[in-house]
Amino acid sequence: MIARAGGAVAALALLPLALSSYQLDLLTKMLIFAIFAMSLNLSLGYAGLPSLGHAAYFGVGAYTVGLLAVRVWDNFWVDMALGLAAAMVAAALFGLLALRAEGSYLLMITLALAQVLWGVAFGWRWLTGGDDGLPGVPRPAAGLPLSLAAGPRFYYLVLVCFAGSVAVLGLIARSPFGHALVGIRESARRMEVLGYNTWLYKYVAFVLAGLFAGLAGNLFVYYNGFVSPAYLSIVFSASALIMVILGGAGTLLGPALGSAVIVYLENAVSAYTPRWLLVLGVVYVAVTLFAPEGIVGFARRRKTGSA
Amino acid sequence: MSALEVSRLTHDFGGLRALDDVSLEARPGERLVILGPNGAGKTTLFNAITGLLRPASGRIHLHGEDVTRLAPHARAQRGLGRTFQITTLFPGLTVLDSVLLAVQGRDPARFAFLRPQAAFPHLRERALALLAEWDLTGRQDMPTRLLSYGEQRQVELILALGVRPRVLLLDEPTAGLSPAETATVAAIIRRFPRDLTLLFIEHDMDVALDLADRVVVLHQGRVLAEGSPEEIRRDSRVAETYLGASHA
Amino acid sequence: MEVSFYLIQILNGVSFAMLLFLLAAGLSLIYGLMRILNLAHGSYYLLGAYVALSVARGTGSLLLAAVAGTAVVTAVGIFMERVLLRRVPRAELPQALLTFGMLLIIGDLALWIWGGTPQTLPRPEALSGAVRVGSFFFPAYRLFVIGVGATVGVALWLLQEHTRFGAMIRAAIDDAEIARTTGVNVSLLSTVVFALGAALAALGGIIGGPMLGVYPGADFEILLLAFVVVIIGGLGSLKGAFVGALLVGLLDTFGKARFPELALFTIFAPMAIILAVRPTGLFGGR
Repeated sequence: MIARAGGAVAALALLPLALSSYQLDLLTKMLIFAIFAMSLNLSLGYAGLPSLGHAAYFGVGAYTVGLLAVRVWDNFWVDMALGLAAAMVAAALFGLLALRAEGSYLLMITLALAQVLWGVAFGWRWLTGGDDGLPGVPRPAAGLPLSLAAGPRFYYLVLVCFAGSVAVLGLIARSPFGHALVGIRESARRMEVLGYNTWLYKYVAFVLAGLFAGLAGNLFVYYNGFVSPAYLSIVFSASALIMVILGGAGTLLGPALGSAVIVYLENAVSAYTPRWLLVLGVVYVAVTLFAPEGIVGFARRRKTGSA
Repeated sequence: MSALEVSRLTHDFGGLRALDDVSLEARPGERLVILGPNGAGKTTLFNAITGLLRPASGRIHLHGEDVTRLAPHARAQRGLGRTFQITTLFPGLTVLDSVLLAVQGRDPARFAFLRPQAAFPHLRERALALLAEWDLTGRQDMPTRLLSYGEQRQVELILALGVRPRVLLLDEPTAGLSPAETATVAAIIRRFPRDLTLLFIEHDMDVALDLADRVVVLHQGRVLAEGSPEEIRRDSRVAETYLGASHA
Repeated sequence: MEVSFYLIQILNGVSFAMLLFLLAAGLSLIYGLMRILNLAHGSYYLLGAYVALSVARGTGSLLLAAVAGTAVVTAVGIFMERVLLRRVPRAELPQALLTFGMLLIIGDLALWIWGGTPQTLPRPEALSGAVRVGSFFFPAYRLFVIGVGATVGVALWLLQEHTRFGAMIRAAIDDAEIARTTGVNVSLLSTVVFALGAALAALGGIIGGPMLGVYPGADFEILLLAFVVVIIGGLGSLKGAFVGALLVGLLDTFGKARFPELALFTIFAPMAIILAVRPTGLFGGR
């Protein structure tokens, strides 16, 4: 498993040599959303917490970095750190409220919480630029002698973050904590009487998921040079959700695969027609009807025959 | 000092009084059976003892400590274990993984989140030992949802042992089992260490009166009768409300 | 001066609340019986309004428009329930994804067909004026909306409590298996309830159209507010939908009038309080 992941990362490291700058750009975007999807996977796929508002932490990270870089101090390390901290704080606060609920209530509440933030980003024009967003975020100058602005260098920054995320999330998944999360997802009652403080486990998973979502948001702001309320929207949250489901919830790299597919599709479809949301909707319906376990689950079933 | 003491437990579900001033006591190492017809409040009692339910009034003491306000996981940490009437295994996990979780429950390793479970070999050792002790080694890699019902009930029992309980609550451990499977489970229960205090809800009268040191009979949320298996067998009130209907 | 401001806001708030009630009642009905959280509910509102708009423009008859809007949306609802939702496991996530997919599809199709410019549905002549109450004048249409909402509320309550249909629903909610054995056709009941929920949402869009207009994104907006209503009132409860709708409608209206930038914050507060104190809502059960 580690060998496979390592091999994948090595392959990804070599790709810039083979791709055009346009393709590299797209791959960069795929990796950023892979981090976003993997973060949701921690709370959804492992802990079993369905969320329709994960973009909240993505957006909080993004806006923090964007606002700091444009209006306060354009320092990569400081801005990134504060962006991550802000995303974690948001997840910590929202988690306290959201985890009071379960199932459908949890879905609604996470959606509502993210929408409240969206409303703030949309309405506070003087701070966030409102619907027009906040342009002018420069590519990071990470205090290194080289600038990270150019395509390949920025790509490597994202790749490092991606690899790091995979490593950490992989460790978490295989840790006692990670195993406990799966147990809680499968049978929370049982876990409770086995001595596990199930609420605490779910909360920590939720906050960690927010942290990694914030990382993805931070990177996306640098990628686009721009932040807007769309980063907090339900479409973003739901996109992360379909990436996780399509790739395979509860698997480590499935969501990354799912994000690659969705980003690629969006790019391809948007070149021909403005009807991307229609296509996305069809993808949702199709995946739910025909591949509820996602690509990885589907492939696994084919390999083992049945069971 | 009693292992488990329940004092004046009362609980209502809407308009229905599920538990009415129930008090009982289990001495360390005792095998106490809770009998009663359906709806008598037996599972409600267990839910209250384990903390899955907050009773309207009353107190629960575990080895002298008042645990009435504690969450279920806190009571488990103090040595209270439980099985459920409807098997609550982890459908997607193998037997070994399930037992690993059970064994991890009272281990400080359960909070580790950046080191793999494999970095704590004592967990795996304990799990394998537990499986070997109860003859489930052959099934260790099978997903629990693929086990036969009888085997699932066995795993359910073994999981409860993972928390190293001092008091164990068994909710209808032989429910839905064939006579042969019932005998297997009864044998397992008989093999439990003598310092383990057992409370169990049973429907099978033979099993119950055979394994019990003492019996408490519940009826409509109230304690109807209490005593040794012999005394209960001869108690006419019990025969009226309970034995007459079911026993074959 | 102040008094009439407050009275107008209350009127606006209550009439808006009636729209929210129509949506929330439908959501709750569907969830109560089938445990399905229908995210496409917002698009029922949108589609109902748009279809009514086109029919009204085409035929000039507002009544026909209302009927057409309700019929089309009800058909979509029946399609979703019978053809799509039955093929999907009965778990939150698959249902949420499926219904959300439909929300996206319908929303984008609507954008394609009717364009991005906000439109307003025409209101009937008879309801275009103002009604005089004491020394105040109230827009007749808003009073009409309140009337419709209250009537529907009473009708639903009567349906739930005093008819065989309501009894069947309550039986099926309690235990579908047993209800089936006593002769209740749970399958047909599910489709009827889903269709009813869809129709209510469409009605909301149709009578809301002249008041609030219809535009891309209205589906998301109203869906969010409907969610807040059922979070506060309790999912599956008709009373909860009514009380929650009044609370959210009034708070949202007053909030927008007084503190326009704070927008959703005014409804965020009660939602947070309910979650902290009573997570399943004021009247929510399971």
